[in-house]
Amino acid sequence: MKAVTLNGLSKVYGKGKAIAVNKVSFEVSNGELFGLIGPDGAGKTSIFRMLTTLLLPDGGSASVIGLDVVKDHKKIRSRVGYMPGRFSLYPDLTVEENLTFFATIFNTRLAENYHLIKDIYIQLEPFKKRMAGKLSGGMKQKLALCCALIHKPAVLFLDEPTTGVDPVSRREFWEMLKQLKQQAITIVVSTPYMDEANLCDRIGLIQSGDLLTVDTPANIISAYPEQLYAVKADNMPALLKTLSAYDEVLSNNAFGEYAHVSFKDQAIEVNVVQSYLQQQGLSGIELRRTPATIEDCFIKRLSN
Amino acid sequence: MRTIRFLLQKEFRQIFRNKSILAMVIFMPVMQLIILPLAANYEVKNINIAIIDNDHSSYSQKLIAKITASGYFKLAAYNFSFKQAFKFIEQDQADLILEIPAGFEGNLIRENEQQLFVAVNAINGTKANLGGAYLGTIIRDYTGEIRFDLVQPGRLSPQPVISVVPMNWFNPLLNYKLFMVPGILAILVTMIGGFLSALNIVKEKEVGTIEQINVTPIRKHHFILGKLIPFWILGNVVFSIGLLVSWLIYDIVPLGSIVLLYGFISVYLLAVLGFGLLVSTYCDTQQQAMFIMFFFMMVFILMGGLFTAIDSMPQWAKVVTWFNPVSYLIEVMRMVILKGSGLVDIWKHLAIIAGFAVVLNCWAMLNYKKTS
Repeated sequence: MKAVTLNGLSKVYGKGKAIAVNKVSFEVSNGELFGLIGPDGAGKTSIFRMLTTLLLPDGGSASVIGLDVVKDHKKIRSRVGYMPGRFSLYPDLTVEENLTFFATIFNTRLAENYHLIKDIYIQLEPFKKRMAGKLSGGMKQKLALCCALIHKPAVLFLDEPTTGVDPVSRREFWEMLKQLKQQAITIVVSTPYMDEANLCDRIGLIQSGDLLTVDTPANIISAYPEQLYAVKADNMPALLKTLSAYDEVLSNNAFGEYAHVSFKDQAIEVNVVQSYLQQQGLSGIELRRTPATIEDCFIKRLSN
Repeated sequence: MRTIRFLLQKEFRQIFRNKSILAMVIFMPVMQLIILPLAANYEVKNINIAIIDNDHSSYSQKLIAKITASGYFKLAAYNFSFKQAFKFIEQDQADLILEIPAGFEGNLIRENEQQLFVAVNAINGTKANLGGAYLGTIIRDYTGEIRFDLVQPGRLSPQPVISVVPMNWFNPLLNYKLFMVPGILAILVTMIGGFLSALNIVKEKEVGTIEQINVTPIRKHHFILGKLIPFWILGNVVFSIGLLVSWLIYDIVPLGSIVLLYGFISVYLLAVLGFGLLVSTYCDTQQQAMFIMFFFMMVFILMGGLFTAIDSMPQWAKVVTWFNPVSYLIEVMRMVILKGSGLVDIWKHLAIIAGFAVVLNCWAMLNYKKTS
């Protein structure tokens, strides 16, 4: 039995106007860390809300640990943990009170599943008498994760848990997810950050409600058809302009301080390109082969 | 049971940490009950009168003295022409003009009859009405005195006179506060119960906590009960404070049974809280909830019989008041506190309010959806 199964799941808002989720199907195995990657407005949150029984699907079906999200919504609610993208714990209750409260409404006790949250809670412990609303962003995320874990859910849904969190806390957060995976908890996580995709077992790329592909990050990267080159010059805007005017160039995207470029001719000589760019009056040119990243794959799929 | 206990614990913690709610619950009833009954007074005093005395006789002087001595009128101007006096009305310095014609005294004695001219500024209807009526009474009184002076007593008796001596039951001195305080207390209980409950669930929606609650296996009715009970208790606290204030400050002690009063309030609070919850299930922000509650509260208060008697409303308005829970509470409060009515007298009100409570709460519970 799969932990999560989606079968042509659809959601339409308004009177058929905005299709938020368009016949999405995928499966998540038990104990897997599955990432749903896509830009804002891709339909990630709608999928999460349908899977956590907060939103009724308009088409297709979905099941979580073998339970239908519509028929068995009550049973699902006691077996999954959900952490919404927005901090949604009581800001006027303390850290400890929030935890105890959520433990109680799940009919359990803090002590019962303490081993699950221990590593995270230890960091929160010094602040346990502090109001949840007064915590820092990273601490809030940790508390929310604790509250979502307190009843030992079979599946954990994390909707953009690292949005608006600083890079250090983000890395820490993913470390925590890896540890949770060892406790045999299936985790479905969504994120707009492509760099986090590599940390998942499998990822689904989603755009405007359509699921583009589902695979392991390594497979998605190796399926990138062309050789990519990272190019850099002193004048980057001029470089990008020159590249897009160059006949040999297949694709060309700004990527941090480099431009990621692929060529029509896979056997093209680096020297040829370099001298061409120099002829165009660019200086400080740096050109080397680079492996494709998830972001490149995503952009490639979008442009097709 | 354990779930409800924890829900209540959480709810009370939040209430006690919210200092403004506490202040509202304790100070609002005290302040309003002290200030409002003193201000919201129907008795019209200090009516400004402009008098044009064209006679300047001892009779006219006597009449003027009688009017100013009554305590209701303030002599705003003493003029010589109507035109002059009318300016005072135009400038809103006078509410009434009384014109005493020339030869008032002479004609009165000679012809046994004289006419006075009264002009009333009717912009403020109540003031004009009452002012005119007071003045009429004073003049009638004055006529009686003159007749007593002029006519020999022996000739007075054959004239049949019907004199009316009114007797005021339940509020013999027509003490206005006795009538207003229970009404204002009724409004206070309604406002606190209605607003607090309406804003509470909407707040959970706004902060997003409802999302987290909805994915838990918590039962709908547990959640709603967890919201109802704390505000029901708060409503009773407000009511008790109000009763205490009206006893300490206005010396109003309910003539009827206190137990009956609390029994009615208990059921009434369920209805009001149910209404608040219902509003909250339809709103997404506190702003929306606030405006909707305000709309209904205005209707409830103005059509509840606090300021204007329901009996004198047009038929359609009377029908509206049937659906106004506040009107029942105000009536019951006055009945039990002033008249000492018992259960026999108010069971109909009680049954209707219980009906409201059941309908509103069921509606709210059905409309509160955990899934959208």
